[in-house]
Amino acid sequence: MSIRERLSGNEAVAFAIRQINPDVMPAFPITPSTEIPQYVANYIANGKMDTEFIPVESEHSSMSATVGASAAGARALTATSSCGMALMWEELYVAASNRLPLALALVNRALSGPININCDHSDSMGARDSGWLQIYAENNQEAYDNMLQAFRISEHKDVRLPIMICQDGFITSHAVENIELLEDSVVRSFVGEYEPENYLLNPEQPIAVGPYAVSNYYMETKMGQRTAMNNARQVILDIAKEFEAISGRRYGFFEEYQLADADYAILIIGSAAGTCKDAIDALRAEGKKVGLLKLRVFRPFPAEEIAAALSHCKSIAIMDRCDSFSGNGGPLGAEVSQALYNAHSTALAVNYIYGLGGRDIRVEDFEDIYSRLETIAETGQVTDQYDYIGLRK
Amino acid sequence: MSQTVEIRWHGRGGQGAKTAALLLADVAFKTGMHVQGFPEYGPERMGAPITAYNRISDAPIRVHSNIYTPQYVAVVDETLLESVDVTNGLREDGAIIINTTQPKEAILPHLKGYNGRVHTLDAKKISLATLGKYYPNSPMLAAVVAITRVMEQEAFLREMELSFQHKFAKKPEVIHGNMEALKMTFKEVQ
Repeated sequence: MSIRERLSGNEAVAFAIRQINPDVMPAFPITPSTEIPQYVANYIANGKMDTEFIPVESEHSSMSATVGASAAGARALTATSSCGMALMWEELYVAASNRLPLALALVNRALSGPININCDHSDSMGARDSGWLQIYAENNQEAYDNMLQAFRISEHKDVRLPIMICQDGFITSHAVENIELLEDSVVRSFVGEYEPENYLLNPEQPIAVGPYAVSNYYMETKMGQRTAMNNARQVILDIAKEFEAISGRRYGFFEEYQLADADYAILIIGSAAGTCKDAIDALRAEGKKVGLLKLRVFRPFPAEEIAAALSHCKSIAIMDRCDSFSGNGGPLGAEVSQALYNAHSTALAVNYIYGLGGRDIRVEDFEDIYSRLETIAETGQVTDQYDYIGLRK
Repeated sequence: MSQTVEIRWHGRGGQGAKTAALLLADVAFKTGMHVQGFPEYGPERMGAPITAYNRISDAPIRVHSNIYTPQYVAVVDETLLESVDVTNGLREDGAIIINTTQPKEAILPHLKGYNGRVHTLDAKKISLATLGKYYPNSPMLAAVVAITRVMEQEAFLREMELSFQHKFAKKPEVIHGNMEALKMTFKEVQ
């Protein structure tokens, strides 16, 4: 029996954390993720969960404490946004390279400067090479569902990698919307107890965590991370299938919306996908063959699956809520283009940057992008390979 | 196509415009609707103009952009009429609801020729009469329900009473005053 509720994205993630009842949660507040540890601290104070909450003095310490707890053998997580994540930078790599299955509830926010509290993906996209799993949400429902699946994926013995559960700052974190929640008992039996094979506080089997690695061994640990990331592909799909059995909600690497027969496709991550779907319905009513690929899993990157799903499209707009400042497009643009190239795609692809620092993107913006895609396909000419959408004129 | 009502709230930080939008989402959800209630943050400080939004629909809501052509606008603080273009994009088949102590005729010149319905409410008078203090958001919430008719007034009062009982579990003395503020608003809104 699912429970019909209305919650903000932050409330939904905090509710999932209560149901998971992890062992340890260190945290330091930063907008717009502050509410997550705030709600969790309330649950703990009210006896609704018994997680050890550690208030720390910075995000460097919150991730350090999470790493320490996870190494000790505890199920641990923290939450942050933007510059908070930037301050965790060193520990992000420590967590991944030590193969610690901890979680980070990330509420995506622009990095400074200029200082800005609103949504874009520059925080998590900047950490795309840190060795973390990354899963993104369109709305509060998906943020909740992804959080519930996080530890099952991350703790799987073939994976053992840290996982980032991302949602869009303010747009979903502070928006109250309808949601269906699972019962506590259903979540508890789905998530299960964490029983690590090796952990620091096991006197029967002493181990070292985080020792120095000389050149003779360093590269092998990197290969181990890469193997784990590859293994995560199947695990993510398996856990999604199990989750569907308890929730009725289906997840994969990505969602295809009206994509099967689409000539013109948009590829996007996060909350703007919902806005794009409204544009698609309006254009489909006019007979336009438009579709969407909403990427859920960015790490591991499902390159072959994306290329296969887009193989029939004439033109594609890859949408980045983050600029790489490479002069060569955004992170999603670069990786999807590579995937298309490796699959010998003949589609014409453009890479548009949108929504930086919370700049709104509307249904009309998506209609305009589809119309540009149609022109590109008809003329065979790409005039604006990399463009900013919604700039002030 | 589904029917979606779109509402934009204008207030100042600290006055409860965001809370009113979230409460409206809350109560509409309880009457079985699909809802969105969300704020648009500028600088976070007391007194700065803030905007909040509601979408209320009989079908799931997917769009995640702000609202540019609302059916309804609620202005919680009349001093905003001079600094914020409150009727921007407001549909002429809709309405604007303004919290003001002034008569409607005095407000009209500030509305840039808006041709839709204009409603006023003296939330200060109602709030002082029922709560003894000035909290504009309960009267404004009731005014929005009365004008937009997104739900029956009876159902609204029933759900709000339950909501106040929960919210003010430790301050039950303010429940009656808040309920009176809602009921008085239904009679007073013009």
